[in-house]
Amino acid sequence: MSPILAVRDLKKHFPIKTGILKRTTGKVYAVDGVSFDIDEGQTLGLVGESGCGKSTTGRVVLRLLAATDGLVKFDGVDVMKASRAEMQRLRRDMQIVFQDPYASLNPRMKVKNIIAEPLRIHKIGTEAERQRRVHELLETVGLTSEHAERYPHEFSGGQRQRIGLARALALNPRLIICDEPVSALDVSIQAQMINLLEDLQNELKLTYLFIAHDLSVVKHISDRVAVMYLGKIVEVADSSIMYTRPQHPYTEALLSAVPIPDPKTERIRRRIILEGDVPSPANPPSGCVFHPRCPRMQPDPCTKVMPLLESTGGGASQNHVVACHFPTRYASDGKVTADAP
Amino acid sequence: MAERLLDVKNLSTHFFTHAGVVRAVNGVSFSLDRGETLGIVGESGSGKTVAALSVMHLVPDPPGKIVEGEIVLKGRDLVSLSDDEMRHVRGNDIAMIFQDPMTSLNPVFKIGDQIAEAIQLHQGKSKREAWRMAAALLAKVGIPDAERRVNEYPFEYSGGMRQRAMIAMAISCNPDILIADEPTTALDVTIQAQIMDVIREMQAQYDSGVIMITHDLGVVAQMADRVMVMYGGRTIEYGPVDEVYYNAHQPYTWGLLGSLPRLDETDKQRLTPIKGQPPNLLLLAPGCPFAGRCPYEREVCRDNFPASEIVGPDHGVNCWIPLQERLEIRAKLPRFTARVA
Repeated sequence: MSPILAVRDLKKHFPIKTGILKRTTGKVYAVDGVSFDIDEGQTLGLVGESGCGKSTTGRVVLRLLAATDGLVKFDGVDVMKASRAEMQRLRRDMQIVFQDPYASLNPRMKVKNIIAEPLRIHKIGTEAERQRRVHELLETVGLTSEHAERYPHEFSGGQRQRIGLARALALNPRLIICDEPVSALDVSIQAQMINLLEDLQNELKLTYLFIAHDLSVVKHISDRVAVMYLGKIVEVADSSIMYTRPQHPYTEALLSAVPIPDPKTERIRRRIILEGDVPSPANPPSGCVFHPRCPRMQPDPCTKVMPLLESTGGGASQNHVVACHFPTRYASDGKVTADAP
Repeated sequence: MAERLLDVKNLSTHFFTHAGVVRAVNGVSFSLDRGETLGIVGESGSGKTVAALSVMHLVPDPPGKIVEGEIVLKGRDLVSLSDDEMRHVRGNDIAMIFQDPMTSLNPVFKIGDQIAEAIQLHQGKSKREAWRMAAALLAKVGIPDAERRVNEYPFEYSGGMRQRAMIAMAISCNPDILIADEPTTALDVTIQAQIMDVIREMQAQYDSGVIMITHDLGVVAQMADRVMVMYGGRTIEYGPVDEVYYNAHQPYTWGLLGSLPRLDETDKQRLTPIKGQPPNLLLLAPGCPFAGRCPYEREVCRDNFPASEIVGPDHGVNCWIPLQERLEIRAKLPRFTARVA
């Protein structure tokens, strides 16, 4: 099966402009060589800490931001080279749900107009048909048709996020990029939204690129998980494998830092505490970008050679890839066979 | 037995707004011993922050007012203290770390000024001596090169470092009680792990009592000895952390635990969200605030709030469902049985 979305060596560098002449004096390497595939009907989780470039990746994939370099193919079509008309066609198939349910809905528009807007732009149906579709979409996301006449301020955060999702679903897309869709919600509401996303995926055969910083949520919803650090993907694996057999030291630290809501488990867990902060993406470290914080760092090769994202054979399967000179290796029984130098 | 530091009895804090009375905290009681950590957990609007602010006399008045209750700090009632007397208590006896380190530091003063101010004010030290102590405190909370960085402004610090500076400020006068209000919510997980470590170290060193306010059940499991679960301004369950996690009695506590995706889960289980939306605090009925969303609601729930019932060692619950029936319902909850086993 060929993937519905293929991303190759994607780069997005933002210029840093200074002085009254606004001369470019540097670059922020927000996304710096990211590659991944998503199969139809699957969910790829993209996790990482703030500033790692995960949201920028989502936006560049949709061409909401122009890429600096790289290739994005959606269902065989080159998104980066698509003409205006082709792009409009593509946007029907690729939609996005944003993080902030307060900022992503126009406060002056009624819910029915917010949800019908994509239909109107793409000139689908008559006004009456659109209204019917709006009511149908509201029911799909767990609201009722009475909500159509209201304004966004009359809704709670969780309900607004459902409205944003209804808008994304209006054109029957095949891929939805979910950019931190549950981060702003309370746990009890977050669980409602996660279940809704799962149900819709099953019913409508949707493909998700699920961007989030919460590893527990990402693990729960994703088939595969990609971990980003400072503009690069450092590890990709099936989600259950990623959590039981991480190979990259950053993934290991990240997983160990997430508190688990189980006091007995918490008491016996070993935590890897990373030193310091994430370096600035305007001036990324040489070699492996993780080396200044890495507990396994060796001056040679880590500070000199950038490791490639590849299968090392020490993981669980061929599609477990990691960018590290000294990845953790596991024997078939799950034991660690080779660790740090 | 450890020394009792704080006893809060039947505290009610209401906000008198134009729209009506908001009963943010409604008859809440809790206590804190030396050296222990109390977790207060709840979703937005549950009253957890207002409860802590009331202890500090930091509720903006008007519109907020402590309408009822006692706050006894080492045998002394704080409710009747004047602003001047209270100013002496804050910092010396109780200090607070806020959620957002970006907004709780003054951007136009050097970090050293802000820490030294508290030391000069509360301990009557000279400016030079206070600055020397500020640098030492920064080093203690893990700021590298503290001698130099004490001269920097907040904007030169990363989010994690600002939170460390806040902790340095909070411990500068060696308080008995440290209240941390969502201290890591704005931070990434790897930085969160560092900050939790610092808080634990400081607690061990000064033998203080810590009140950890959070929405994250993982953080509570990791940090707390005892936990209090709040909903709609009420305490609905409290007890030792193991009791509340493994032997929960309140449907809301079950709901919270069932809503959470877990990192250590091996097979994917569907989440069991809590239906509906959090209550509007302006329209709270006299009964149990969870009544409208509780799947086991009965008539009595809407009319009266149940008294606390002791169900285990120092474990209390407020719920109208009879004990035996509660245990039967719980035995059938999928998430819950899996967790206990």
